[in-house]
Amino acid sequence: MAKYLLLKHYRGAPAAVNDVPMEKWTPAEISAHVRYMNDFAARLEETGEFVDSQALAPEGMWVRYDGEGRPPVTDGPFAETKDLIAGWMVIDVDSQERAVELAAELSAEPGAGGRPIHEWLEVRPFLTKSPTITE
Amino acid sequence: MNELLLRSLTPSVLGILVRRGADFAAAEDAVQDALVEAVRTWPADPPRDPKGWLVAVAWRRFLDATRAEAARRRREDRVEEEPPPGPAPAVDDTLQLYFLCAHPSLTASSAVALTLRAVGGLTTRQIAQAYLVPEATMAQRISRAKRTVAGVRFDQPGDVATVLRVLYLVFNEGYSGDVDLAAEAIRLTRQLAAAIDHPEVAGLLALMLLHHARRGARVTPDGGLVPLAEQDRGRWDRESIAEGVEILQAALARDRLGEFQAQAAIAALHADAPTTEDTDWVQIVEWYDELVQLTDSPVVRLNRAVAVGEADGPRAGLAALAALDSTLPRYAAVAAYLHERDGDPATAARLYAEAARKAPNLAERDHLTRQAARLNTGGSPRTP
Repeated sequence: MAKYLLLKHYRGAPAAVNDVPMEKWTPAEISAHVRYMNDFAARLEETGEFVDSQALAPEGMWVRYDGEGRPPVTDGPFAETKDLIAGWMVIDVDSQERAVELAAELSAEPGAGGRPIHEWLEVRPFLTKSPTITE
Repeated sequence: MNELLLRSLTPSVLGILVRRGADFAAAEDAVQDALVEAVRTWPADPPRDPKGWLVAVAWRRFLDATRAEAARRRREDRVEEEPPPGPAPAVDDTLQLYFLCAHPSLTASSAVALTLRAVGGLTTRQIAQAYLVPEATMAQRISRAKRTVAGVRFDQPGDVATVLRVLYLVFNEGYSGDVDLAAEAIRLTRQLAAAIDHPEVAGLLALMLLHHARRGARVTPDGGLVPLAEQDRGRWDRESIAEGVEILQAALARDRLGEFQAQAAIAALHADAPTTEDTDWVQIVEWYDELVQLTDSPVVRLNRAVAVGEADGPRAGLAALAALDSTLPRYAAVAAYLHERDGDPATAARLYAEAARKAPNLAERDHLTRQAARLNTGGSPRTP
């Protein structure tokens, strides 16, 4: 029982095998892609492994504290940001093997030509609560 | 109304329904419904016979559900009428339920969820909150688990070891949300110990009580981890320790040693010591030797190296450590500790920082980072 984050990137991940930008797909291919993602999430809920799934807008901003009584400083968005996260799925699974298996399944989502994208997904384990028994 | 009393009746009520011929999955749903109904109506109108009340309500719910199902399928099967209410059968079904919910065909997470619901009487929502997953996901996990064990015969003896592993997992999950899983694991293990006479069940119960006793001392108010050596032993729960030790001694006297009894023996030796220095480390090493024999676990060997370091000095501990695989979880943390004791703070600081990067949980990571920081800033030595 461990939670993993499956992270999708707009930019920053190694190039996918079927690396065609979405706007160059056919509308039917986009629909098939969306359907695959929804089905995948629904299937995970059925297996009792789904925790969360969210997508992020590509454009955000940077914010930092600028001292007592001063408004926060904002900056960006920066077009050149190397690492741009597109969204994620959180799963709760029995083993790391299972997390990898599911990530691979998600990475097989169909893209251009209806063929799998083979997209690289980043798989990150959550830090857990500390166990009661440690020695 | 006593919620624990109510939930403690769950397995026997469910057992009665299954013995009357209800299938496990439907019976389990019916018992949940009855529990919810009890929470609603008992405060104003407490029944004279709580268990009889639960059996009657659950059975009625089961019949209603079965009839609805039958109608839906346009079946003409006649459903049996409610049998006369009477005393519960003498057979103890509780044990069978533990076996079923920890059946080897289930994954660990499914077995845990099913045990908490069908034996523990917790609601799906409570279990979902405790494990930080959506309620819908937990509901699916539980219903899949029920389907998995649908063909398992209820009267077959099961394996106590699988049940103990499930209860150990629940205990180790600790506390989150409004359900205290550690306390729930103790309750369920106590109930199991009442249903079956087995030294390892007693061993696990003792182990849980001995660790639970330290709970108040093992975290700071802001959630930081306090290592065993630095805990305020005055805050350990002496009553819980006394009970754990008594249960353990009775188990050990039967001369059928198992891993939980050995782990409990180590916890008992810690509980017995007024300070770290006064701890009987030689005996602890002996128990780790037993544990290595029983489990051949690399994690046990790692913990043994710590004990050797205390019993025979840090050099001996480092020698024991050198024989182990350095990719083991917490290897770097143990190495850091032993190097600091050996008077090499620079190496220790580097290893503490490495251990922090590899720590599997937040409290441990923060603790290890603090150790590295303490050494890097030339702070005071580790408090005794």
